[in-house]
Amino acid sequence: MGPRSFRVSVALALQVLLAMPALAVGPAQLEPSGVNISDTAALQRGARLFVNYCLSCHSADYMRYNRLAEDLDLGEELVMDNLVFRDAKIGETMSIAMDPEDADAWFGKAPPDLSLVGRARGPDWLYAFLRSFYQDDAGGWNNTVLPNAAMPHVMWPLQGIARPVYATHRVGEREVQVIEKLELASPGSMTPEEYDGAVRDLATFLVYLSEPAQLKRKSIGIWVLLFLAVLVLLTYLLKAEYWRDVH
Amino acid sequence: MSSDGVNKERRRFLVAATSVVGAVGAGLAAVPFIKSWTPSAKAQAVGAPVEVDVSKMESGQLLKVQWRGQTIGILRRTPDMLADLPRLDPELRDPDSLDSIQPKYVANESRALRPEFLVVNMHCTHLGCVPQMIPQVGPQPFDENWRGGFYCPCHKSKFDVAGRVYKAVPAPTNLTVPPYSYLDDQTLIIGVNPEDTA
Amino acid sequence: MGKPASTLAKHADALLNWVDERLPVLEFWDAHLAKYYAPKNFNFWYYMGSLALLVLVIQIVTGIFLTMHYKPSAAEAFASVEYIMRDVPWGWLIRYMHSTGASFFFILVYLHMFRSLLYGSHRKPRELLWIFGMLIYLLLMAEAFFGYVLPWGQMSYWGAQVIINLFGAIPKIGEPLTEWIRGDYFISDATLNRFFALHVVAVPIALLGLVVLHIAALHQTGSNNPDGIEIKQNKDEQGVPRDGIPFHPYYTVKDIFGAAMFLLLFAFVIFFWPDAGGLFLEHDNFAPADPLVTPEHIKPVWYFTPFYAILKAVPDKLMGVILMGCSVVVLFFLPWLDRSPVKSIRYKGAWYKILVFAFAIAFIRLGMLGMAEGTPAQTWEMRVWTFVYFAFFVLLFFLSKGGKTKPVPDRVRH
Repeated sequence: MGPRSFRVSVALALQVLLAMPALAVGPAQLEPSGVNISDTAALQRGARLFVNYCLSCHSADYMRYNRLAEDLDLGEELVMDNLVFRDAKIGETMSIAMDPEDADAWFGKAPPDLSLVGRARGPDWLYAFLRSFYQDDAGGWNNTVLPNAAMPHVMWPLQGIARPVYATHRVGEREVQVIEKLELASPGSMTPEEYDGAVRDLATFLVYLSEPAQLKRKSIGIWVLLFLAVLVLLTYLLKAEYWRDVH
Repeated sequence: MSSDGVNKERRRFLVAATSVVGAVGAGLAAVPFIKSWTPSAKAQAVGAPVEVDVSKMESGQLLKVQWRGQTIGILRRTPDMLADLPRLDPELRDPDSLDSIQPKYVANESRALRPEFLVVNMHCTHLGCVPQMIPQVGPQPFDENWRGGFYCPCHKSKFDVAGRVYKAVPAPTNLTVPPYSYLDDQTLIIGVNPEDTA
Repeated sequence: MGKPASTLAKHADALLNWVDERLPVLEFWDAHLAKYYAPKNFNFWYYMGSLALLVLVIQIVTGIFLTMHYKPSAAEAFASVEYIMRDVPWGWLIRYMHSTGASFFFILVYLHMFRSLLYGSHRKPRELLWIFGMLIYLLLMAEAFFGYVLPWGQMSYWGAQVIINLFGAIPKIGEPLTEWIRGDYFISDATLNRFFALHVVAVPIALLGLVVLHIAALHQTGSNNPDGIEIKQNKDEQGVPRDGIPFHPYYTVKDIFGAAMFLLLFAFVIFFWPDAGGLFLEHDNFAPADPLVTPEHIKPVWYFTPFYAILKAVPDKLMGVILMGCSVVVLFFLPWLDRSPVKSIRYKGAWYKILVFAFAIAFIRLGMLGMAEGTPAQTWEMRVWTFVYFAFFVLLFFLSKGGKTKPVPDRVRH
């Protein structure tokens, strides 16, 4: 198999693989969230939303406040004044005072730690989830992305209250009511566009929270790649020089 | 295969260049591994500065606190103790703390920011035992002319009330002084230099 | 050169002689590098072996450093991995090197094995070399599986659950066997602890031993090459193969270039795409192990999915396990299944090209289907490709004996 026939067969193999029915990735395609992790201002706004709305019930046990101060360009004093509401030192993690057993009793299930939710779920899911709360006919909170979760809509004062609009589907002989879309029944303090922006900020922060090293990782990576490119060039010249004997 | 017309100069240069760049790369790649042994963010958080309220300390009292796993002693010295310090100089190995470890701002006679409060790392500079504070002046089993100070039971090293080491004992240098500063008149913070307290 | 340099060289020579009188370093150097003759027509496929060795070293070094911070207990394992990722200086880099290295190890090994299929490197006289290689591959799968359990995320836990329960399919001894493997009635602290010991001590030692045997066997027969010609059958007056070149310096400089290229790609993934979209680090594994909640979609890591697809294709538990086992075991017999008089695909007829091509597609497609969610249509597709996978070996056995070949030249093409 010479180089040409090798190239032909690789091309052929790719074509065969691509022609096959595409594999379903997930049950539903999510709207792109537009999260940009290098947007420091969005991260700062997201951090504020996080401590105001999430951190009372959810912890972020692997995240330290001083890391937040450094990575988000906030400075330790600003973080202590604006983001730390309990008696915590700057080097401590974003844990909460809630006892897991109490939490089990209050919510049925302890609210999960959110340190890694950005990696486990991804930004698009978070963006969809936080925009999919609605109030059912009984007045309880529910969510179309994660149905029957125990979590109430804590940001309803911002978004307002959405109610479901049903459509009728036939499954065999039976008719079922399926939520077609959500409609804002009473507005919140933000316009829908502002709320989407706030949720995007929060999702951005959660993605950062799931891997704080990612901010530095890429900037270091560029230098590593440049260095290795030089090494590739040198080793290629060295190899070519010696192989002149063989050719 | 032939070795005719080999440009030895070029070959030697390329070998050298690749070796040097490769060695630099290996050195750089070793850095993360070496740095991974330094105290982690968790260790740093646990080793955070310690605040101590010194307003309620009595004259002559020694208070011990833990900072980064070290026993830090805070001694509220009496006027007598302070007055005695210069007179001890001839008996000490390093009276002016020239060979000892302490922040620049305490390299003075009393080895303190405020003469009244000595802040000192209690671990003996010999092999790390913690000496006893024996403030009474007068004959002791280990020293007939004891002037008050720290005495290490492990190997019989002796230090004065400024943590300065006596001559002819195993400890080589004075007790070290950790970085510290005052937050206000009553509060001392161990682990922070004065220029870093706002 | 001035005088000091020459005296330095003299001292270095003297030291070398001193050592050589006590340890056969020069003999070793000649036998395995300077006077070890390798065919001069190696191509792209021949980088994989040395690169796999490089990755093995990377895995060992990064692994040693990870064990310095990791805690092998069910209560602390997950948190200790996050401690490495966040609190340990540069811990994230060491961890990503290790996790990316695992996947690259398999990429290299699969390419290395495919090379053998292309050029007949497993054929006589290299059968034992192939068997050592297969044993390395088996141990590597065990090593990867144990390692994947250690982060103690949801995928670690439920992946272990599924794999260990495969042994439960064995009649009679199945149940007690799974209990013995777990050391508990469910996957627990005891399981994690023993997997840790196997991952960091036992399997690596065995792997290193097999790698030594693999290389020793290679240097006994000498390397095959893309033409499948035995270069030792054509030697010059000095007994040097006419188509051979000394491994050092020619293949050392070539492999160093290969290593640099590889590191460039490796670093790109580590720094810019460490989870590879969920392939190298799975999303569900960022949630801590929870024995009460099964993730919606359990699948093994990508390098196991071709075999997992064969398992899923069979609607019977025991038969599925047997067939999956066969799909790996059959590879051991490759040297005897191919009965063609020529080794390399270059001198075999179209029949071999079609077979190898179909086999490669089946393997890749099974891998893709193995990670899919499993619609009924996909299950049928898996069955088709499972059939193709096994048909390859059967057809190879029957077609290779009389299959068309082209005349093999005396000397390698270069």
